[in-house]
Amino acid sequence: MRGVVPFVLPATLLIAVFFLAPAVLTVYLSMTDLSVVTFRNPGWSGLENYRDLLQDAFLGRIFVNTIFYVVLTLVLFNVGMALVVAILTSLVPHRWGDLFRALWLLPRMTPVVAYAFIWQGLMREAPFGLLSNITGISQHWINAAPWATVIAANGMIGASFGMLIFTSAIRSIPNELFYASAVDGASTWQSIRRVVLPMLRWPILFVTAYQTLSLLTSFEYILLLTGGGPGFYKTTVWSLYAYLLAFGSYFGNVQFGLGAAMAAVLVVIGTVMAVIYLRVFNFRALVAKPKIEVV
Amino acid sequence: MPLLPRWWRLVLAALILITLPILVGYVWLVLAALFERVHGLVPAGSLSLKNWRFLWMGAVEERPSIWVALKNSLVFAGSVASLKVIVASMAAYAISRLLFPGRGVLLGLILVLHAFPAISLIIAIYYILRTLGLFDTLLGVIMVKVALELPLGVWLMKGFFDNLSWEMEMAALADGASRWQLFWRVALPMVRPGLLALGTFAFISSWSEFILPFTLIVSGQNWTLAIFLQSFREEAFVDYGMLAAVGLFYTLPILLLFMVGQRFLLNIYGGGLKA
Repeated sequence: MRGVVPFVLPATLLIAVFFLAPAVLTVYLSMTDLSVVTFRNPGWSGLENYRDLLQDAFLGRIFVNTIFYVVLTLVLFNVGMALVVAILTSLVPHRWGDLFRALWLLPRMTPVVAYAFIWQGLMREAPFGLLSNITGISQHWINAAPWATVIAANGMIGASFGMLIFTSAIRSIPNELFYASAVDGASTWQSIRRVVLPMLRWPILFVTAYQTLSLLTSFEYILLLTGGGPGFYKTTVWSLYAYLLAFGSYFGNVQFGLGAAMAAVLVVIGTVMAVIYLRVFNFRALVAKPKIEVV
Repeated sequence: MPLLPRWWRLVLAALILITLPILVGYVWLVLAALFERVHGLVPAGSLSLKNWRFLWMGAVEERPSIWVALKNSLVFAGSVASLKVIVASMAAYAISRLLFPGRGVLLGLILVLHAFPAISLIIAIYYILRTLGLFDTLLGVIMVKVALELPLGVWLMKGFFDNLSWEMEMAALADGASRWQLFWRVALPMVRPGLLALGTFAFISSWSEFILPFTLIVSGQNWTLAIFLQSFREEAFVDYGMLAAVGLFYTLPILLLFMVGQRFLLNIYGGGLKA
């Protein structure tokens, strides 16, 4: 058994120092008055940050923003568009299906900053911006329609995860089911509704659960596209607010403690949801005992 | 699925339509990088070499030359990829093949962390790097990135080791090889496709990484290409032509890598999870 230590030590150390410790530390820091001034020696402040948060005039707005952003992106793109692309690519010959799935993966692959810049370029005023030229309405579209931009930009990336999961689920449907429904005279549309969609119920639940968590905490693209604006917190979501409190210079004094309090809420939600997923999505089967030691 | 409707060309047209917004973005990036001005997707000036002047521009104030940023990006992505592949494989092998106390706990932890949104830890990570003296160093960001992506890596590699038939290992064990030798000489070479896929994935994801270096690195000489590009976006006057050229310079290697490794990467972007 001593032989196992060198195998697991590097991974355990890295995860302990840079993953587990930060999770615990987030909760601890949220109960201190940590700021630039008190960085070396933060004082204990109990639940004060949480009290401050509840009294924050913008918290309600940010809460609503977060729900709005997560639900719309999830329904329209991460599940909706993902489903559409997965089904449509299954209805064309293989090489075409593969090509379009690869294309939908491109945004996920593209460097974050470059991706945001492409949106910025397409949304400029006329005569430069494509959207302004097409619609004939010359405006800075990111400022004019910040939510639509943020949701679409995130969604075009988010859709690929569900697309891959749904595609592999569709592929695992036994062919007999399709032949049977064809023999019964079902049209393609009926086969999709009666055979494919029922089989996708579980994957859809899975993608919804998984992506809710990731949308709840992702703020990179919002930071790069709108910075949380325009104006006062128009597109600021919970995780972005936490980040800006801790690192944003436009608050004057960076408030790590307050930011940590907001992040701690996400950490708790994240932990609880991750554990629940494992319960729901069959944990025992995943941790089955290894083969080689049994013999 | 064995459903190829007679009107599949119609479906193809629909696919092209919904995929168009993605394609348009990349076409615009290329055009904007090559021409003086672009109106929508129509070049409105001559070809412009001026957009590419960043290639021979030296350091300006805190901004390093692009070659420094390129080197840093290569070091960052290369180190993350190789470290992650090795560390994840070792842990995955132990979990897949050895029965040890705490195995269930470790695997459970890995699975929970796999679903856990790591980005919410950024404030505490910043604090830890400051405390360890690793703030503003490439080494610090490398270790953070590896740690945050390890759960996915271990989980994936475990899948590869699980699928390995272990007759070869049994034979080697009988010949008196140690577990350690077995791992390096027998098991690891057999999962080469997995190593390659995970390595490529890690390289792409670190190359594109923004928020970690942006938050954890300050000094110009440690900037990656992501921060280099972002620094132009933050300027009062945005030079779209040059930015597009920098963006293309930064994006192109990833697109090429993706085209080469596309097939074996699909599984990873699904999170290595089959639902």
